[in-house]
Amino acid sequence: MNCSSKEEEIYTPIPYNLEIPTLFTDKLIAPIIPTNNPLTVEGIALGKKLFFDTILSGDETQSCASCHNPTNAFTDDAQFSNGIDGDFGTRNSMPLFNLAWNFDERFAWDGKEFSLENQALEPVSNPTEMNSDWKTVIEKLQNHTEYPTLFLQAFGTLTIDSTLVTKAIAQYERTLISGNSKFDQFLLGETTLTSEEQNGFDIFMDEARGDCFHCHGSNNNPLWTDNAFHNNGLDSNFSDLGLGAITGDPADNGKFKSPSIRNLAFTAPYMHDGRFATLEEVINHYSEGLQPSSTIDPLMKKVNQGGVNLSSKDKADLKAFLLTLSDFDFINNTDFKE
Amino acid sequence: MKKFALILISSVLFFTACNKNKLDCCVFPETVTVTLKFTHNWDGTPITATDFNDFKFTTENGELVSIEKLRYLVSNITLDSQIKNYNLINIGENTDLEINFTDINQGTNNLKFTFGFADADNTDGIYQDLNSVSFNVPEMMGGGYHFMQFDGKYKDTNNEDASFNYHAIRAVDMSDTNNLIFEDTSFEVDLGTVEITNNAIVEVKVNIAEWFKNPNTWNLNELNTVLMPNFEAQKMMSANGKTVFSLGDIN
Repeated sequence: MNCSSKEEEIYTPIPYNLEIPTLFTDKLIAPIIPTNNPLTVEGIALGKKLFFDTILSGDETQSCASCHNPTNAFTDDAQFSNGIDGDFGTRNSMPLFNLAWNFDERFAWDGKEFSLENQALEPVSNPTEMNSDWKTVIEKLQNHTEYPTLFLQAFGTLTIDSTLVTKAIAQYERTLISGNSKFDQFLLGETTLTSEEQNGFDIFMDEARGDCFHCHGSNNNPLWTDNAFHNNGLDSNFSDLGLGAITGDPADNGKFKSPSIRNLAFTAPYMHDGRFATLEEVINHYSEGLQPSSTIDPLMKKVNQGGVNLSSKDKADLKAFLLTLSDFDFINNTDFKE
Repeated sequence: MKKFALILISSVLFFTACNKNKLDCCVFPETVTVTLKFTHNWDGTPITATDFNDFKFTTENGELVSIEKLRYLVSNITLDSQIKNYNLINIGENTDLEINFTDINQGTNNLKFTFGFADADNTDGIYQDLNSVSFNVPEMMGGGYHFMQFDGKYKDTNNEDASFNYHAIRAVDMSDTNNLIFEDTSFEVDLGTVEITNNAIVEVKVNIAEWFKNPNTWNLNELNTVLMPNFEAQKMMSANGKTVFSLGDIN
């Protein structure tokens, strides 16, 4: 029997069960946990360490958390994030929470990554992000004083590779659950809404006014997103094809993933290109700013009038409702932080 | 000893001869597997997801339409004595276009289902899989679930692209928001009897053009979006839906 066989016998990672909010268990189907990457205490701890470790970047100045800051619901406050060489990407950094309930497992604004594990591969070698390469990263991890042991405990092997690194990061990311906002508490009967917040929710759910619920969930879908791809009328001509660049189907041009409307208080700026600095700008866009195009979603109503033309009062109330989905416990959760 | 051997041989012969395909000696009810296959067409022209996002169909009223999203729910799908609770068919995603029944008795069986949910089944928020794909109806409209989400574009009277959201739900009269009046606009689709003699695929033909045709000629220039709170429009959808489904081939 060789050494690694002995080691595999010694370390058995402890299975970990997600702490799922009541509303999620009541309303949603089970989260996606791949059978080849079950959650373990050791795997999650390793993923968390890797997520915050600058060792993954070329010059060891950036970690995943540089663009996915817990305080900002795991995004950042920049329109475009800059990489280690000061280069900027072309998309706004996406917030990270409730990722295990992305049932189609298509990640990123354009859906180019299938599975959380695959998603974690790309930023390391992307020249406008961490600008490293996996061979170098693996060598550094393998020669590190702690990591080989941590991989052994998490995965039963001292031999580190990119697959195991991304598995660990994905395990950690699946624990990032946000489900304790004021509106969640309202649904559980633990608090009440102001009249403005209630009116804002009614606008959100009213097909004749906001009609937000068709793409952004409802009290019965606490994800507050359909995780699908839509052209929400940002542009008549596309400088970024979004999903269309991935599928090659012109009918997908200008389509981007609907983000969750949880935690908007922490995730400005908004849209795939971070063009809107405030929630007021976002609401104004849907109210008066829709731009026609061949692929605009049919759910974008009254496009020739610019949108649904909400009153100033309705806009303010809609914003008030949206802010009830701010989950301060989530952004302050020390379990999620370095 | 001879007697014992005789009994043994007789038993072996009995049980090996008496299989399900040769029932001379005993009667077992023969059961088979039946797959309901929903196929879609526009007045006979087949429709799949590849036909979406293209102005290639014309309504009875003369509007050119492009289908972009079409998913609908059938419930209480009944064949023989078996009932499947519900099934959400999504043509664009090409999902759940087939419903499988096992252990169906051979012979003549009745096939029927409900389009949407009847009131008794249309309870707000109780179906996790439907919540997860955002198929809900707002509580302010009585809650429950959509019966159909049919989104697309049509060429308006100026030949400009315009949106339609042909969303079918339980009809609700919201003229007095403190006293909502409901009408169950789900409907039963009875496809009659089907003769099942072996494992079979039973085609359920879905003519999408009928949603715009019979008995109400649908004018998309007048009825296009915000149809969920439109009590009369919902009743018209329900009436038109009754000629959408028909029995196709059995193979």
